[in-house]
Amino acid sequence: MSTPTNATPAHSTRASSEPHLRIELRSNPLLLSGVRELIVALSRRLGFSDESGGQIALAVDEALCNVIRHGYQRRPDRPIWLSIWAEGGAWVDGGAPTSTGSAGGERPDALRIVIEDEAKQVSPETIKSRSLEEIRPGGLGVHIIQTVMDEARYEKRGTTGMRLTMVKKRVGSVGDGARAAGNCGCSGAGAPRKGACHE
Amino acid sequence: MSDLRGRHGGAAMAVTFETRGAAVIVRPSGDVDLSGSPTLRQELRRVQAGAPGRLVIDLAGVPYMDSSGVATLVEAMQVARRADTKLVLCGLQDKVRSIFEIARLDTVFAIVADVDAAIAG
Repeated sequence: MSTPTNATPAHSTRASSEPHLRIELRSNPLLLSGVRELIVALSRRLGFSDESGGQIALAVDEALCNVIRHGYQRRPDRPIWLSIWAEGGAWVDGGAPTSTGSAGGERPDALRIVIEDEAKQVSPETIKSRSLEEIRPGGLGVHIIQTVMDEARYEKRGTTGMRLTMVKKRVGSVGDGARAAGNCGCSGAGAPRKGACHE
Repeated sequence: MSDLRGRHGGAAMAVTFETRGAAVIVRPSGDVDLSGSPTLRQELRRVQAGAPGRLVIDLAGVPYMDSSGVATLVEAMQVARRADTKLVLCGLQDKVRSIFEIARLDTVFAIVADVDAAIAG
């Protein structure tokens, strides 16, 4: 497997470690269902609810779709890198629990997902959700990502390609006190509308 | 009734059709994602070329839909409005309903529980 070239690698977006999982795929829509299944299975294994796992898979799917459609103009043979870190809990400083240990010890507080490509660079400020007041096809991917994830940030990768970093906190984890107490705490541009909360 | 299976996708996409009076019922099955939505778009265009009085899209067999699938249905709605076709969605699973809510399209489309309600409504 090659690694992202001509740009700062994904792991530099965090101070400490290599990702716990990294895959390279081609920009072929046929691969999307397999990636979704991987994300759902991993999320479930790490203690995320089925709903959260589905939301993470949806965000990854939408991000990959944007790369395929807009970044690579539907060329099916271009590289995309997907890197995932489990953060918090026993998953500290690149370490990972090696056995079931104490109850809940395998459960991280969050997943950090980074998607990188070698597509033409655009200014991150131009990547934004469109107004939903206008009923027309297309342009919903960024809105969906911002709605279902806790963080989403676009940036340029060195001189070639783009990087999207997304974070999803696990309900009930450290740092998720508001939602664990029954108050979602969703706010800001990515906040879901009433009735479509993260959990 | 025609059955178009497996033309796209790892999540095999199929579309079947049924006619009841002036209504045409379209039943996609499988994931409607960037791989599967072109099939659905093509088949909807073909059905809508006949300007049916009512077009029912039964999504009971669709466990997953992304924004490309939503865009396909928005296109179909726009075509239906121009052709004076009543377009109704039914059978939405929770995950699919959720994406309509996130996109704030759940109040734009006519959405009912099942095909019988879609025919009657």
